[in-house]
Amino acid sequence: MLGALTLLLLYQLAGEVIVQFLTLPIPGPVVGMALLFLTLVIRGGVRDDLRGTANKLLQHLSLLFVPAGAGVMVHFARLGDEWLAIVVALVASTAITLAVTGLLLCRLLRKHESQP
Amino acid sequence: MTPRLTEIWVYLAASPLLGLTLTLLAYQGAHWLYERSGMNPLANPVAIAVAIIVALLTLTGTPYATYFDGAQFVHFLLGPATVALAVPLYAQLPRLKRIFGPALIALAVGSLTAIVSAIAVGWALGASRPTLMSLAPKSVTTPIAMGIAEKIGGLPSLTAVLVVTTGIIGAVIAQWLFRLLRVKDEAVQGFAIGVAAHGIGTARAFQISETTGAFAALAMGLNGLATALLLPILISLIVVA
Repeated sequence: MLGALTLLLLYQLAGEVIVQFLTLPIPGPVVGMALLFLTLVIRGGVRDDLRGTANKLLQHLSLLFVPAGAGVMVHFARLGDEWLAIVVALVASTAITLAVTGLLLCRLLRKHESQP
Repeated sequence: MTPRLTEIWVYLAASPLLGLTLTLLAYQGAHWLYERSGMNPLANPVAIAVAIIVALLTLTGTPYATYFDGAQFVHFLLGPATVALAVPLYAQLPRLKRIFGPALIALAVGSLTAIVSAIAVGWALGASRPTLMSLAPKSVTTPIAMGIAEKIGGLPSLTAVLVVTTGIIGAVIAQWLFRLLRVKDEAVQGFAIGVAAHGIGTARAFQISETTGAFAALAMGLNGLATALLLPILISLIVVA
């Protein structure tokens, strides 16, 4: 648990250092995730310790959004002014994305599977 | 309040203990309600926990910054949690290899659709620039979306709210939309949910079936990566043009 947590922090740290050093426009933890993914592919497996800790952390992923979500109270004025644009944009964009991704992948897989 | 109680309140309000405890209590209460509702996507635990906290802070006149002094310890874990997403992503590797080509194309198109449609609709309805930049990463999981928003001039805390709302919308409309469009393949349904509605959609997808959930988790991780790579480049192109 302690070892796995340290490993996650080290990968995050490596991600942050790379982002700062190369001035990349990507969040540091995302680079950390990509690095860890590559490491797992190269090693060809996940240590039980790491899998357990990752699962525990991700099991309560929703909890980690709460402090940032409560920040909505700082934005009440903005939401009051722009709520219509925001609500329509969220509903329309989510529906369009679901439809486009679903229909496209359906078609591509059919073509993919009909090839020998 | 009596003077003694006021003293205790002043002392506690200045320490991080209260914000941290409030976060954990509100979340567990919200999760209990979510389970009681039969995991109804409308009873989203994040939305309920946020509502409880905002109501309490407003009633006691506590500024958000004071609350966040305590809650930041929970917030900090988003970083390592993002790194940890590599583990479930790796678990999907055999599946990913099988449908790699088609999935990659669907991912790129879906990811761009999510970004462009959100900005376009928001812009057409007169949303301001910081709001548009906060809307752009709304389809990826919160820790990634907040990091992106910060990079492109959005408001990370507003993004968090928009991401959670997107997830709830996706979880509610997905099944209905797929029936309408006759998308029946469970793997395809899952992949589309993961691209459009990240973790909250994925939680919903696992209720449809194991396959749907696994593909949603896969697409959620991939779209986090794709959006983090595509969006800052896309924004710099729009700004230059």
